[in-house]
Amino acid sequence: MPIYFAKRFLEMIPTIFGVTLISFFIIHLAPGKPTDILAEMNPKITPEARERLEKMYNLDKPIIVQYGLWLKRIVKLDFGESFSTDRRPVMQKIWDKEKPLIERRLFVTFIINLLSLIIILIIAIPVGISSATRRNSIFDRITTVSVFIGFAMPSFWLALLLMMLFGVHLHWLPISQLKSMHYDSLSMVGKVWDLTKHLILPVFVSAFNGLAYDSRFMRSSMLEIIRQDFVTVARAKGLPEREVIYRHAFMNALLPIITLIGLSIGGLIGGSVIFENIFGIPGMGQLFYMSVMTRDYPMVMCILTIGAFLTLLGNMLADIGYMFADPRIRAG
Amino acid sequence: MLFTVKRTLLFFIFLLCINMSGCKDKQATVTAAYENNGGPAYGDTLVEGSIGEPSTLIYMLAHDQPSHEVAGLIFNGLVKYDTDLSIIGDLAESWDISNDGRVITFHLRKGVKWADGVEFTADDVMFGYKTIIDEKTPTAYREDFLQVKKAEVLDKYTLRVAYEKPFATALIAWGSIIVLPRHLLEGKDITKTEFARNPIGLGPYKLSKWTSGQELVLDSYKDYFEGRPYINRYIYRIIPDIATMFLELQAGGLDMMNLTPLQYTKQTETGFFKTNFQKFRHPQFVYTYMGFNLRHPLFEDKRVRQAIAYAVDKNEIVDIVLFGLGSPATGPYVPNTWPYNPDVKEYEYNPEKARQLLKEAGWADTDGDGLMDKDGKPFRFTILTNMGNNLRINTATIIQWRLAKIGIEVEIRTLEWSTFINEFIDKRRFEAVILGWGISPDPDQYDIWHSSKTREKEHNFITYKNSEVDELVEIGRRTFDIEERKKAYFRMQEILAEDVPYIFLYVPDATPIVHARFKGIKPSPIGITYNLHKWYVPKRLQRNGLEP
Repeated sequence: MPIYFAKRFLEMIPTIFGVTLISFFIIHLAPGKPTDILAEMNPKITPEARERLEKMYNLDKPIIVQYGLWLKRIVKLDFGESFSTDRRPVMQKIWDKEKPLIERRLFVTFIINLLSLIIILIIAIPVGISSATRRNSIFDRITTVSVFIGFAMPSFWLALLLMMLFGVHLHWLPISQLKSMHYDSLSMVGKVWDLTKHLILPVFVSAFNGLAYDSRFMRSSMLEIIRQDFVTVARAKGLPEREVIYRHAFMNALLPIITLIGLSIGGLIGGSVIFENIFGIPGMGQLFYMSVMTRDYPMVMCILTIGAFLTLLGNMLADIGYMFADPRIRAG
Repeated sequence: MLFTVKRTLLFFIFLLCINMSGCKDKQATVTAAYENNGGPAYGDTLVEGSIGEPSTLIYMLAHDQPSHEVAGLIFNGLVKYDTDLSIIGDLAESWDISNDGRVITFHLRKGVKWADGVEFTADDVMFGYKTIIDEKTPTAYREDFLQVKKAEVLDKYTLRVAYEKPFATALIAWGSIIVLPRHLLEGKDITKTEFARNPIGLGPYKLSKWTSGQELVLDSYKDYFEGRPYINRYIYRIIPDIATMFLELQAGGLDMMNLTPLQYTKQTETGFFKTNFQKFRHPQFVYTYMGFNLRHPLFEDKRVRQAIAYAVDKNEIVDIVLFGLGSPATGPYVPNTWPYNPDVKEYEYNPEKARQLLKEAGWADTDGDGLMDKDGKPFRFTILTNMGNNLRINTATIIQWRLAKIGIEVEIRTLEWSTFINEFIDKRRFEAVILGWGISPDPDQYDIWHSSKTREKEHNFITYKNSEVDELVEIGRRTFDIEERKKAYFRMQEILAEDVPYIFLYVPDATPIVHARFKGIKPSPIGITYNLHKWYVPKRLQRNGLEP
């Protein structure tokens, strides 16, 4: 078994290498350079000033040399400095060790995604199972329609409507960002309560969109299981329907959820550009978007590389999870 | 059952009425409260919303508006613009300009202190100057300072700078950009220093906390040389989405933001906003134009460009695109500022005249397809503009429709910004573009109009060449005499109006909104925030009692 893990882990290395190579070339192929933004229609900037800036960022070198330079740093796990005017180390921008946890971008995005994943699973699993066992019933139809409405509804629009209702009209919840302005003067409990209030809408909006996919996934997985012979056998044995569904069928239908969770690991730090921007949440999605728009290559590369690594790791963990959960795979 | 429903409904209507009348009474008292002016008092917090976050608070390294806005509260310059765009002293008490216009001597204020208690002296300015001309400093504003031949500190409070040639924008260049505390920065790498995120300044406010992606908290600097600012705290909140920001304003999370034209004209015309907020409107220092590629055979003939100018209705564009919140442009300056010439040739909408001019230039609809043609080729061209700027795209669409009426077919193509600049502007692969220029209050536009500025990446990308304009922009930047400069720029605007290298379209207005409890705001051509340190909230209306 440990040999298998080690092998899987080593196999990730060439994949990561390939991902970074392709990403690096693609983001450099996109027209424009970090220096364009500095010079945006500002008549005070001379071509000489622009050239100097390009030289400073090594942008005058051939792209393959630039990739070599990047790779040389990356093997030492140094992601370099951001090209934006603050020139801070890239890692410091996503995980600033001097700041409290809640002010670190990676942590913020991770918490929101984790909460929303938990909520999705808590709701999607029972909804999916119930729809499958009561296939074509009124309940099934209502949930089908409502999850699809949720799926189809643009999240920015839903977010704005909810802000208007809870923020402007009812004054129950704050509208944007993570903390109130008087956050620092609050007690520990007050701080937690303040954060919770700020997180309700973003977590709800991001969960609402993911609900449809997971509950449909759960439903079809369950439908497949209850059609199988062992379920018929269980019923023929005379077991009560409750036991057939919740004991025998349910455990089997849960297996694909492992894959689903494994795939979500990569997405946990990805962050949603849309809702992080709407809610003004300082997370990874917002940073990624800004970095792409300003062609901040080191920043973009860092986020892509970490994302690729976590996706691969998630896949591996899912496979391992399967091995533990499903004896058929272990045997094979 | 029906009866109950009806009764419930009635009950609700009843409730609603009570509610509404309650609101009305409350509103009335609120108005009265905001009107009652108790005089200046210290206290309260001003929260401003911004879609972008500053990148650095070292003025000379920053190239974005949020950075400049916040750094502008923390630092002062030697000189600044007054509300009528004349130049007045800031950290410099006075200055002398030698008779030949080549030497400026600044006399600094005495006793001004940095926020850490160290006195501000001429050495700090000298240090700033040395930093900005240093090759290793990544700044875009070096150009103005490379013209300096020699700078020297005469004594603690006197600085003398000498120029090769008289240089009109030299004086205003010595603004906030050049003032840095030598005692904190000397010998440090300016690109790596913590100072960029944790500066010590000498302006009305000082930074106390910066939370990335959220807010910058500034507290008033009690020993500010112009007197302690009334408002104790200023918070710059970062909310990237403009719709969210507007909701925050309504919910009380913001005191100040810039409105979009739609928000200004429609969404804030309610009782709630009229009671609780004050709106302002002033021209921005930018203009939008349609520029022609003058090397393209279609636009070589001046009459063709004039014809297009006659066929475009600027007032219509301002009304539709900007909801009337702007003014038609007649040249590269903001109306009602001193360099602006109000009497240049104007192209009022006149399709008849346009057709006639085209005819003179040899264009006619010979094959009856509704399109003008010449030598068998129909009059067709493409307007390029950048993706995501809806104002420009809408403007292009209106122009397209108007030009179709005189037999010119226009296509519109929108491009992502970097592609647009690198592949089309720099390589001169365009026929016409819709773009904008940010203009400084100083009228020097040498880089845009001088015929020497036509290389790749330079700003005269339409290749405009007019020897008289070349001469006039030279004269304009070589004298400090406002009357003489005015004469040169007035003449330049006349020539530009006649030559039509650009069709100057509009100057949009900025439309800030501020909560009604803030008093002491004096709108001016340079905006409203120039005297932020004099704004106040009367004691009785103070809301956020946070003591710094």
